[in-house]
Amino acid sequence: MKRVYPDKEYCIGCHLCELACMTAHSKSQDLIVAYREERGKDGLSSCKKVFEKGHTCVAISCRHCDEPSCVAACISGGLHKDPETGHTLYDREKCVGCWSCLMACPYGAIRRHPTEGKIVKCDLCAEREGGPACVAACPNAALKYEER
Amino acid sequence: MAIMKYVIIGNGIASIGAIEGIRKVDTENEILVIGAEDSPAYGRPLISYLLAGKIGPERLALRPQEFYEKSNVSTKLGTTVEAIDTKAKTISTDKGETIEFENLLIATGGIPFTPPIPGAEGSDVYNFTNLAHAQTLISKAKEIKRAVVIGGGLIGLKAGESLFDRGVDVTILELSPRILSLAFDENAAALAGGRLAEVGLNVRCGVTAKEIQRDSDGNLKGVHLTDGDFLQTEVVVIAIGVVPNYSLAKDSGISVDRGIKVDDHMKTSADGVFAAGDVAQAKDLLFGDDRVIPIWTNAYNQGFCAGKNMAGTDIEFTGSLAMNSISFYGLPTISVGTVNPPEGDDSFEIATSLDEKKKSYRKLVFQNDHLVGYVLVGDIDMAGMYTAFVKFQMAVPEDAKKQMMAGEPDVLMWPDDFFKDTWNPGHVEQD
Amino acid sequence: MLFQPVNKNYHEFCIIRDKDLCINCKVCVRQCSYEAHYWDESRQKVMHDNTKCIGCHRCEALCPTAALNIVNKPSDFRTNSLWRPVFLQNIYKQADTGGVLLAGMGSPVDIPVYWDSMLLDASQVTNPSIDPLREPMELKTFLGAKPKRVKIVTGKDGKPELKTKLSPQIELDVPIMFAAMSFGAINFNLHRAMARAATETGTVYNTGEGGLHKSLYKYGKNTIVQVASGRFGVHLDYLKAGVGIEIKVGQGAKPGIGGHLPGEKINDQVSETRMIPIGSDAISPAPHHDIYSIEDLLQLIFALKEASEYKAPISVKIAAVHNVAAIASGIARAGADIVTIDGMRGGTGAAPAMIRDNVGIPIELALAQVDQRLRDEGIRNKVSIVAAGGIRCSADVVKAIALGADAVYIGTATLIAVGCTLCGRCYTGKCPWGIATNDPKLSKRQNPDIAAKKLANLIRAWGHEIEEMLGGMGLNSIESLRGNRDKLRGVGISDIELDILGIKHAGR
Ligand SMILES: Cc1cc2nc3c(=O)[nH]c(=O)nc-3n(C[C@H](O)[C@H](O)[C@H](O)COP(=O)(O)OP(=O)(O)OC[C@H]3O[C@@H](n4cnc5c(N)ncnc54)[C@H](O)[C@@H]3O)c2cc1C
Ligand code: SF4
Ligand code: SF4
Ligand code: SF4
Ligand code: SF4
Repeated sequence: MKRVYPDKEYCIGCHLCELACMTAHSKSQDLIVAYREERGKDGLSSCKKVFEKGHTCVAISCRHCDEPSCVAACISGGLHKDPETGHTLYDREKCVGCWSCLMACPYGAIRRHPTEGKIVKCDLCAEREGGPACVAACPNAALKYEER
Repeated sequence: MAIMKYVIIGNGIASIGAIEGIRKVDTENEILVIGAEDSPAYGRPLISYLLAGKIGPERLALRPQEFYEKSNVSTKLGTTVEAIDTKAKTISTDKGETIEFENLLIATGGIPFTPPIPGAEGSDVYNFTNLAHAQTLISKAKEIKRAVVIGGGLIGLKAGESLFDRGVDVTILELSPRILSLAFDENAAALAGGRLAEVGLNVRCGVTAKEIQRDSDGNLKGVHLTDGDFLQTEVVVIAIGVVPNYSLAKDSGISVDRGIKVDDHMKTSADGVFAAGDVAQAKDLLFGDDRVIPIWTNAYNQGFCAGKNMAGTDIEFTGSLAMNSISFYGLPTISVGTVNPPEGDDSFEIATSLDEKKKSYRKLVFQNDHLVGYVLVGDIDMAGMYTAFVKFQMAVPEDAKKQMMAGEPDVLMWPDDFFKDTWNPGHVEQD
Repeated sequence: MLFQPVNKNYHEFCIIRDKDLCINCKVCVRQCSYEAHYWDESRQKVMHDNTKCIGCHRCEALCPTAALNIVNKPSDFRTNSLWRPVFLQNIYKQADTGGVLLAGMGSPVDIPVYWDSMLLDASQVTNPSIDPLREPMELKTFLGAKPKRVKIVTGKDGKPELKTKLSPQIELDVPIMFAAMSFGAINFNLHRAMARAATETGTVYNTGEGGLHKSLYKYGKNTIVQVASGRFGVHLDYLKAGVGIEIKVGQGAKPGIGGHLPGEKINDQVSETRMIPIGSDAISPAPHHDIYSIEDLLQLIFALKEASEYKAPISVKIAAVHNVAAIASGIARAGADIVTIDGMRGGTGAAPAMIRDNVGIPIELALAQVDQRLRDEGIRNKVSIVAAGGIRCSADVVKAIALGADAVYIGTATLIAVGCTLCGRCYTGKCPWGIATNDPKLSKRQNPDIAAKKLANLIRAWGHEIEEMLGGMGLNSIESLRGNRDKLRGVGISDIELDILGIKHAGR
């Protein structure tokens, strides 16, 4: 399956991927509205997170693992593996906000939704035409969406 | 009935893990699941959410019905397996069926442990480990004003919290000096206890029930405590813990210790018979010895590993890792690995940071430059990053340790090769 | 903010932030290596300090809401055509610092750009034009000494055979090469990009004077290695690594002076490649201490030929100065195979501003004169001529070739292709575009995958345009254009300039 692969050699830590992710998951689909309003009001947040250490940066999000720890940990059936696409899917209706997945995912790819008792996790922008928004936004090709 | 390639006893999460494990390898042969409870597999921990009224019964099922159809799994629910003939490779059920199997998984989970308390026999004393218990308590909660929960561990607190949410006045009794004595330490327990008290639950530590008082009709009246107090109550919930439900296995000659003994491949002493979940005593990731660690993730993982092995691949179980995530009225707590190292053992190094005002606590336990466990209360968002260090047993160099202690673990602290293999596998620089 | 040295307020740029658009995302804060943008804790928003802006436009390019505009500071000094603002600012600066004014990139001063005063011809009825999409068009160029005449004999099998022994040649699919920009002045990622792009498009890149990183030896077929007065990174394997060797005598941006790469730019990789300690300044002396005459140059040329077993043509690079034609003639006679002339608008990583803006002559005039002189002396075939310094587009390339060049080097254009905005602060080591910097945080802004693609695209695009222009002139090979000044006409320039360029005025 195609996944998003981050390259820490060329990530420049601009955080544009985070902004793109946020916009892609916003109601307005408009960065300015998403960032100024939906972020505060609806707790809109990015599935991507940029880490920095010295001069190295990397932007990570869910790896859509073959054998995901989050699915093993999910007590509600809110996370499961789609056998057809291979995506690790999240069903927010089922999620009870127990944070088991957040604890179990050793890739730190799950975060709490700031205002709702739900999690925030990459969905590979499955609904988005043109694939993952973060990859499209990265100015330095430090994110690649490909089959490996 | 023809020989079934795969039979699973128990319809809990270990069973689902096994189905998903088998299907990773074998997408064809039918799987039969036999479960004593008559509901589809549900999230056992969800029963406290149900009791609290946070979710409705429609949200209990772990997998949609079509999952079973698509995975070619047939189920016999409300059916209890009464015996296993390990020689003939058959099982027999309470419905009088005998089923021949090629591979069998015993995933019968745990049963509530009930200490001998005088007066416990009789009405209105409940456990809290399955859906039926929750349903009973839901209807009971409408009639009662007071309840006493015996046991201040995870299940006891959750039961107490949920009953409280139903408008019941709840007192929780914990024999040890603090609640959550197994998975958490004093600071975390104090924060969690504080939160419960703030909301209005009564938590009493260092005491337990000496006797349950009944009137001449056998109606429950109250509980005598070890410290001499008496608590009036209409309901007692005993939630002291679960013990492996291994009698079925033991009776059929399968080796058991504290749980069913399994090897690296989740195989029991009997040919073609595997065990997983709360019933199994399997390898512990950190300690290397075999332990019963009755938690959800392990049940799934063990089931998954057993499933793959049942389907013919040779996969070793990586080991159980104790981990718990539980929130008390919005105060999240997480505990992973070794969090209470033996006192006086100076091979451990402990770093804590406590902010009582913010209700935030972090405890990191290092041993030989490795993170072996941690506790987080309040600010839990980086939990997974700590888990990585425990789970992958990566060495933690001094500067990384500092960063962790500052609450900022991250992927860039990983060894370079491991980082590349994980995040950017197969990538080679052209020059 | 307000309380600062008076002169600091005479800064060059203003940052205009559109309040309706700015979302305070801090992208600009992270991108600006001069810290012109910052997060203001008390106001809880992104603010800026105009005095720090150097006008690189990096923030503007990356701002996700297009909220930024970088503009020249509007406050003008009283108009004075002698004391133009730049002179005032420079004096203020020097009165403060007491130091030499440093500058980066090519000279921005207003001297005539003769490319713009020359126009190309096109065929009409007779000698019809050629459509490069339908008919073969040859841009292949060989650099190196050519024989005066070739001797062909008929072999035993009746087939013709070449009797003349040919000198080694550098074969180019397009007559455009990536100019010498040393590893150190620009970073490894760009060297990788140039090496890959040159390989992909069948041309070469020049290592510059900083040696060749070991992982780039594999691109040797597309590499010219340079030997300069500092002799950085020069050893036998290096000399044999490329298809050509260039002795750098002078550089258009700073004729007559040496080079100085500050110690901060010398990281482990640069140090290993240059063979100097980490953090030490890399100083290239103004002259080569072993060249004081044409005879000395001859010795060095032959020493290098010897070292490379006569397989690599030797180029000598000089700055375009007053007597350039005579110097080029001497170089040709000293045995060089290629003369590279670098005009005064050529780029640099660091040069004293006075030198950069006042020394040397434009490449167009130098090139025309060198070609003419070598022809007049009957030695034009002994060397190829490479023109460099201020080539901005494919038409400039075509005009250079018509003036007599065999090929051109592009340096500034190369950097612009990967993002350079000519802010001219290459010497600070803080290039926000990740070009003239070895700071790992900045240099990774150049992903060689992207940069190589852009460079290859540029070469391809110019190649196509050159074919179009050649076709329009009714030529089907770049050979037929070389020195073909009849294809050029001058506009708006004096007789003397026309004479030097060797072209007629338009209309003639
Ligand atoms: C209230 C509660 C909250 C919890 N919260 C958490 C939590 O937050 N995090 C966490 O990690 N863990 C939690 N746990 C523990 C977790 O639920 C268990 O570790 C997990 O359910 C074990 O799964 P299992 O498949 O091994 O067994 P079980 O879920 O116990 O399933 C075993 C099944 O086998 C059936 N069975 C038994 N014997 C037979 C037989 N002879 N024939 C047929 N069927 C049989 C049983 O009826 C049962 O349905 C909680 C448990 C409870 C009770
Ligand atoms: S959330 Fe974590 S464990 Fe789950 S699939 Fe993503 S990276 Fe893997
Ligand atoms: S793929 Fe989409 S959802 Fe996932 S991190 Fe990128 S932008 Fe966010
Ligand atoms: S957009 Fe690309 S370069 Fe910027 S932080 Fe994200 S991954 Fe890194
Ligand atoms: S990058 Fe643009 S939107 Fe973001 S803070 Fe800077 S000016 Fe504002």
